[in-house]
Amino acid sequence: MEHRPLNRGADTREHLIVIGNGMAGCRAVEELLARDADRYRVTIFGAEPRVNYNRIMLSPVLAGEKSFDDIVINDANWYAANGIALVAGDPVAAIDRAAKTVTTRGGTTDAYDRLLIATGSDPFIIPVPGKDLPGVIAFRDMDDVDTMLAAADAGGDAVVIGGGLLGLEAAHGLSLRGMKVTVIHLMPTLMERQLDEAAGWLLKQALEGRGQTILTGADTAAIVGDGKVEGVKLKDGTLIPASLVVMAVGIRPSVALARDAGLAVGRGIQVDDHMVTSDPAVLAVGECVEHDGQVYGLVAPLWDMCRSLADGLVEQPTGYRGSVTSTKLKVSGIDVFSAGDFSGGDGCEDIVLRDASRGIYKRVIVKDDRIVGAVLYGDTADGSWYFDLLKKQEDVSDLRDLLIFGQAFAAGGGAADPKAAVAALSDDAEICGCNGVTKGQVVSCIAKGARSLDAVRSTCKASASCGSCTGLVETLLALTLGDEVQAGPKTMCKCTSFGHDDVRREIVAQSMQSIPEVMQQLHWTTPDGCSSCRPALNYYLLCALPGDYVDDQQSRFVNERLHANIQKDGTYSVVPRMSGGLTNPTELRAIADVVEKYDAPMVKVTGGQRLDIFGIKKEDLPAVWADLNAAGMVSGHAYGKALRTVKTCVGSEWCRFGTQDSTGLGVKIERMSWGSWMPHKFKIAVSGCPRNCAEATIKDFGIVCVDSGYELRVGGNGGIHVRATDLLCKVATEQEAMDYCAAFIQLYREEARYLERTAPWIERVGVEQIKARIVDDAAGREALRARFLYAQSFSQDDPWAQRAEGAEAEHHAPMARFTPQEEMA
Amino acid sequence: MTTAEWLDIGWVDEIPVRGSRTVQVAGGDDIAVFRTAEGKVFALLDRCPHKHGRLSQGIVHGGAVACPLHNWRISLSTGEALGEDKGCTPTVPVKIDGGRVLICRAGTLKAAA
Repeated sequence: MEHRPLNRGADTREHLIVIGNGMAGCRAVEELLARDADRYRVTIFGAEPRVNYNRIMLSPVLAGEKSFDDIVINDANWYAANGIALVAGDPVAAIDRAAKTVTTRGGTTDAYDRLLIATGSDPFIIPVPGKDLPGVIAFRDMDDVDTMLAAADAGGDAVVIGGGLLGLEAAHGLSLRGMKVTVIHLMPTLMERQLDEAAGWLLKQALEGRGQTILTGADTAAIVGDGKVEGVKLKDGTLIPASLVVMAVGIRPSVALARDAGLAVGRGIQVDDHMVTSDPAVLAVGECVEHDGQVYGLVAPLWDMCRSLADGLVEQPTGYRGSVTSTKLKVSGIDVFSAGDFSGGDGCEDIVLRDASRGIYKRVIVKDDRIVGAVLYGDTADGSWYFDLLKKQEDVSDLRDLLIFGQAFAAGGGAADPKAAVAALSDDAEICGCNGVTKGQVVSCIAKGARSLDAVRSTCKASASCGSCTGLVETLLALTLGDEVQAGPKTMCKCTSFGHDDVRREIVAQSMQSIPEVMQQLHWTTPDGCSSCRPALNYYLLCALPGDYVDDQQSRFVNERLHANIQKDGTYSVVPRMSGGLTNPTELRAIADVVEKYDAPMVKVTGGQRLDIFGIKKEDLPAVWADLNAAGMVSGHAYGKALRTVKTCVGSEWCRFGTQDSTGLGVKIERMSWGSWMPHKFKIAVSGCPRNCAEATIKDFGIVCVDSGYELRVGGNGGIHVRATDLLCKVATEQEAMDYCAAFIQLYREEARYLERTAPWIERVGVEQIKARIVDDAAGREALRARFLYAQSFSQDDPWAQRAEGAEAEHHAPMARFTPQEEMA
Repeated sequence: MTTAEWLDIGWVDEIPVRGSRTVQVAGGDDIAVFRTAEGKVFALLDRCPHKHGRLSQGIVHGGAVACPLHNWRISLSTGEALGEDKGCTPTVPVKIDGGRVLICRAGTLKAAA
């Protein structure tokens, strides 16, 4: 690079020195030239040995979609034509504000009248062992891209640490260049600063579909290698091979020069509305500054800052007022947009549109009739429109109902009434994309007698698949029938238009794997559900995917999360399992010891023949469980939607009326079925004779022993609505009694709705239906039994033992303690 | 960093997403510190305005928590009961600095007293 001489002799204009030849520094100079080209003599110092290029386009260069020449903003001719001296490749190392000079690393000193710092930001390198190994790079400048391209030529594995905007763009580029890429992201959701959970999940699916491995919730422990990088080790011990590691965990304002020069520095170099620092002769602009407490890492604020800066330099100050930012991911074929605040909160209203078949998720957040945020996935065409409404703070109350459909729809026809918009559709307009049903067909189906959503779904199939057109079909019902529309089955909760049975059927039919997936595929209207649907979805997935589904603790009620029963004073009660109601001196001693050691104020014998220890503090639970485990006892699940107890009488072993070994059978059944999660709590009893001392006729599954065998009874309940059991059948052997019991439990697990006890379930479907499945269909019964035992092979893992050993300790210990008196001392 | 005004209670990551942890206050009620799916952190007195249920043990969804005792929904930002229910739980100012969670000492004392 040819430099112009720094000494310009007779030029008496004020000298403006710009530190930084990047986007901010050059843009500031461009803005200045546009206002008054001759006012200042300008010198630009750049660290990189290049002309000014568009840093945000490095991703397309990496991806092979552009070349370096394509992203040059100002070539050498621009500097020459505007009389700008460029010192490239020799970075400024010090500023002397008293002498008003800058000195480069190479030792050149130059004097300024006004100084502009535009040093941008530095990549944040996480301080792990191995971070300095050859092959570990950031993604910040053209040199980094060159390193990545060279690595990609050699092929092999690459790891990108950081699943934010920059990291994903790097991963995309490397993947396109043929490397096998793994992205390690500390947070549970990709791009969590720009996307909500639902959009983050869709993005993860799409990237995985393109062959990348995405590890969320993954914490890097070390980068390993001998002389050069060979892999990344995670805190959980996983080792991922890599010949290239890209660190893209974030950026920090580059403030070292300014701080060394004694300028006011917070998170960035502090500037006023005219981009002037604490020294009136020194200005700063771009990612290195902090304005009004904000630092920015995106390009748009920079344009605003440069305008205000140039206005100030030519003494026509306007003032910068901060920027609202929006984000777009530059990964071709994946459209993601976010803007503003999407964290919700009071007075915020979410408008959500999900279209599973097209992979679309749109969420607009409205507060006080104004858009405050937007997250778009799959269809970002309206991103700029929403962003514009957001920035202008326009009142959207008139557009409210149509807002989510986008600008074209909201503006079309001027009709702000969604009913009118649907009424205006022509008869051949497609309503249901999945089944190709037109408006005319839906209306004719309604005219022929379909008077509810369900009836429409079962006749013309509109809205029967993905359900995204449910709103349209309901509007058509209302338009055609007025008040005569019949209400459909109750929906699961306010977050969805689907009922429990529909959700369950779709989970199985579409092999759904996670709660966010269900919410996306079935068009949930809330971002992360509610306290009604989340526990239900968690159960349905758990039941559908034994051994594979990872239980979501945050979607469980407190008792199931803490494996104990919360009491009204906030303490917990603990019930150890005593199968069949049998116990022994070791267990009784252990219980007595726990009661004394932890000062439990009460012990009670329960209706299910167990001992309930009351008043245990949350933080003492793991220690209590360890003591009970030591005596051979496991969790009694008295807290769960699960098998509670098998109650027994003493049976033929002791009782003069006993006909069979009811105690022994009860113990066997409890050992078979403990630990299984169910739609609701489940109680079993085995009575040794028809006198029925174990009260088997008010249990979910009851066995009454008789001389010739075992009467099996189902659907009893001793609660608010007492219901005696229905007789299922009579069997001859203990083994059959157990097999039928397992099959019945599994049928209940698979087909009852969440929080539905067996009694209302059987009343709803009819006992004949249950008999047909369990008694008449031997093959079906055997399949149910096998599925139950398979699921049990994963669920009979004592949750108390895991926690007594320290698992999930965060559920029990307080995060911190605060003692005001000590603090003041 | 702990100061006269703010108390450092730990890393944000120590609070489960869509979950809560507590801060024990000597001589007063606990403070519940919540983290939403969006990564926002809020602090409330750990006591439902209804029957004093431990809000820290509830299900966090959106910007609210459902009390484990009777399913009242409480706004995390204002402490107000949502929907048909009426009542309010004291809130405690909280902020994040460099990944650390800081709660306001004065607010904690006022809420927990």
